[in-house]
Amino acid sequence: MFDLVLQLVFVILSVSLALVFFRLIKGPTLPDRVVALELIASLTVGFIAAYAVLTEKSDFIDVAVVLALTAFMAAVGFARYLEKRGRRDGE
Amino acid sequence: MMEGSLILRTAARFLMPLLLTFSIFMLLRGHDQPGGGFIAGLIAAMAFALYVFAFDVPTTRRILRVDPRGMLGWGLLIAALSGVISAMLGQPFFTSQWWPIQLPVLGELKLSTPLFFDIGVYLVVLGTVMTIVLTLAEAEE
Repeated sequence: MFDLVLQLVFVILSVSLALVFFRLIKGPTLPDRVVALELIASLTVGFIAAYAVLTEKSDFIDVAVVLALTAFMAAVGFARYLEKRGRRDGE
Repeated sequence: MMEGSLILRTAARFLMPLLLTFSIFMLLRGHDQPGGGFIAGLIAAMAFALYVFAFDVPTTRRILRVDPRGMLGWGLLIAALSGVISAMLGQPFFTSQWWPIQLPVLGELKLSTPLFFDIGVYLVVLGTVMTIVLTLAEAEE
């Protein structure tokens, strides 16, 4: 039962990654793409966490922590860039 | 100049010590577990980059205390010297030397040349990334 749920988790995460990737390519505006990138990072963190459960290796949790940190920094950087760009356009 | 949100500034103040502690943890465990000088240096650089985003460049330079370029040079020197030690002992360059010592409370500390090499890498990575981030942020302003 537990294995089945785990397999299901991977399937659902993969489907959402595909959907987000579609948004990343299509996304009409830049903020759409930024949100898509952030979501990809969060999904990857979930992937790594599920993989840590599957392999029962706790080392992967640290990888997830560092990736989450990097994604957070990227979010802050992107937000700053978008804010600056908006100001320069005189909006 | 104090732009940026209050939330980000408060979060940066709290996250900074956490990230730096985490980077030291990553640096020290790196020998036989995931981690090491490179990723630890990146995490520390991330802490300072967050500070650049939340505050400004002069403030970050002040809390760094040393010039990142100097840090880079010292890191390279430490990493290279850790290899020279074995050459002076008549062994091939960069052979690991281990000096385990007993500390009163903490237990055994494995002092070794790989540790010094990792510390050197840590300083090089931190210095390089901070030089890039600070230069870019200054060019932006």
